[in-house]
Amino acid sequence: MTILSDANREVFIFQPMHDLPAPLESVGIIGWLRENLFSSKVNSLLTMAALLFLWKTVPPLISWAVTDATWSFSPDPCSIEKTGACWTFIFVKFRVLMLGLYPEQFIWRPVLAFAIFLLVCGLTVFRLLRARFLIALWFFLPLPLFFLINGGMGLETVDQSLWGGLMLSIGLAAIGIIMSIPLGILLALARRSNMVLVKTLSIGIIESIRGVPLITILFMASVMMPIFLPQGMNINNLLRVQIGIILFSSAYIAEVVRGGLQAIPKGQIEAAISLGLKSWTVTCFVVLPQALRHVIPSLIGRCVALFKDTSLVIIVGLLDFLGMIKASAQDPEWLGYDAEAYVFCALIYWIICFSMSQYGKSIERHNRW
Amino acid sequence: MKKVMVLIVLSIVMTAATAWSGTLEDVQKKGILACGISEGVPGFSIPDSKGHWVGFDVDMARAVAAAVLSDPEKIKFVPLASKQKIIAVSSGQVDLTSRTTTWTLKRDAKQGVDFTTIVFYDGQGFMVPKSLGVESATKIDGATVCVTAGTTSELNLADFARLHGLKIEALVFDGKKEALNAYTAGRCDGFTTDVSQLASLRTTFASPMAHKILPEVISKEPLSPLVRHGDNQWKDIVTWVINGLIAAEENGITAANVEEMKVKSNNPVIQRMLGQSGDTGSYLGLDKEWLVRAIKAVGNYGEIYDRHFGPSTKLNIPRGVNKLWTQGGLHYALPIR
Repeated sequence: MTILSDANREVFIFQPMHDLPAPLESVGIIGWLRENLFSSKVNSLLTMAALLFLWKTVPPLISWAVTDATWSFSPDPCSIEKTGACWTFIFVKFRVLMLGLYPEQFIWRPVLAFAIFLLVCGLTVFRLLRARFLIALWFFLPLPLFFLINGGMGLETVDQSLWGGLMLSIGLAAIGIIMSIPLGILLALARRSNMVLVKTLSIGIIESIRGVPLITILFMASVMMPIFLPQGMNINNLLRVQIGIILFSSAYIAEVVRGGLQAIPKGQIEAAISLGLKSWTVTCFVVLPQALRHVIPSLIGRCVALFKDTSLVIIVGLLDFLGMIKASAQDPEWLGYDAEAYVFCALIYWIICFSMSQYGKSIERHNRW
Repeated sequence: MKKVMVLIVLSIVMTAATAWSGTLEDVQKKGILACGISEGVPGFSIPDSKGHWVGFDVDMARAVAAAVLSDPEKIKFVPLASKQKIIAVSSGQVDLTSRTTTWTLKRDAKQGVDFTTIVFYDGQGFMVPKSLGVESATKIDGATVCVTAGTTSELNLADFARLHGLKIEALVFDGKKEALNAYTAGRCDGFTTDVSQLASLRTTFASPMAHKILPEVISKEPLSPLVRHGDNQWKDIVTWVINGLIAAEENGITAANVEEMKVKSNNPVIQRMLGQSGDTGSYLGLDKEWLVRAIKAVGNYGEIYDRHFGPSTKLNIPRGVNKLWTQGGLHYALPIR
């Protein structure tokens, strides 16, 4: 009897054949198309309709905006033969659209201010500084930038009736956001306070401001207020409008933050107190950080809305970006370029608002500021 | 309750306005004239591509600055929305408002402001496509007319229709631009607003000549700069500077020849105007050459008109009733003596 060595034993191992690739029509582009665009008869029809719509609208739009457009920088109006957009109009009007009537010889000041502003935005977006420094920086930032643009301390003063354009929109929105978030948080905390007076006051402020449209507040600030001020005492129109915007925005932010505060289980607060923390420590280090994190999406939403709301200031005679767009489109030298003006306006607003919401998304993703 | 509130507000405005005096002194002390203007009405006041305010209303204000402060650039333009234009001047935010404001009884008597003198006679008119074949506004029975909401235009249109027993359907839009777009899109048979604007809006059309501005003017819109109620000296200054510009046109004095006229003219009227005899300036609290500076800065009334509305501009609004009285218009300069 021979013992067969292991090596000689033939071993049959079950080896399945290679998987067949998935059918061609269910993978890759075709698969994606089938699944997403042509999954049923109705969907196929809708897709075809959408394609037809795009086919009819996009090429004319591109030829209007790009291929047939005039891109010349020369300050002459475009020839009538060209059917496309006249971007020359935007180039010629660029300065007033960005800076309003800010005197030419001082343009470097708002430009520098804008560069600093962008730098700080960059620091924030790419998280190059610790959060507490960032917050301090943002609070401090408006002051030097204001002096840079306004003048004073050696720089020649530029009257605020000359401010305008995108500079004014961004300025109103930025200061509005910077001031109204802390104010809103305070109001929200006050509304949850146990002290009756504080609570009532806070509810009164929030509800009366939320009860009226922003336009009304701006009107009150710029038309009604001068009547009640003593003669000769003129609070600057811009400042009044800015205060109006801050109050309006903080009332809304207060409600957003209150939502976040309510989401914190009471047990956490009780646990913190039982550990011996003082009540303000509990609020600052236990409740608020979590509450704010909960409401980031709606907070960012408020900021975007606030930026867009600044376009209402035209009704009180401030020529913000939209105001300058309107005024430029009416310039007798450049009549008939409304489409270019408003398309450019929409593009700029979109870029800014989209960037803000992208930043909001990145905060949510990283779960930190 | 509302009436009481309005009364209180108005009385505050009025007392405050009368208690205040010496705008001239104030302006000269500050060294700058604060002037309210529109936030953008083509031809009247609009920011140009270089960031300067230009326009008819702007030049009127510059003339005042030149007369009072010897420099047409020593002026600060404050853009005002329509609702602010009265309150801004009655509350002292601006020294003068030069902003396409119609002179009406209510505004003059009840709102704490004084009007100075008419700088522009405007009025509401109609524009129709030529293809409609209508020659007169009284023939537009049954037509649909595009109009801007909440303006006097809407009220005037209704008044006009009732007066002439016409059935006019008003299609109301929130803004002028929207109303105009509806008109060009053919949703209305006609479009109505102030004549000066009809002419300028028409220039933006693809084929302006296919549209006709009807001869009827259905409302009076005399536009005048306004000042705070109760400061008579200041009101006199603004009134007479503008009057002086019209007088300059009557006498053929222009920005170019004013210095020459001052020295060479033998005409006693011109000599008085330009401070060579008599001392008209001192009556206003100004120096002798107040009007010389104003004319030198912006030119006479006709020059200002031509610069902003004349045939060389895109607006090209015929002068019509804004001609001098000697040419069949309404501008009649008061004697400067």
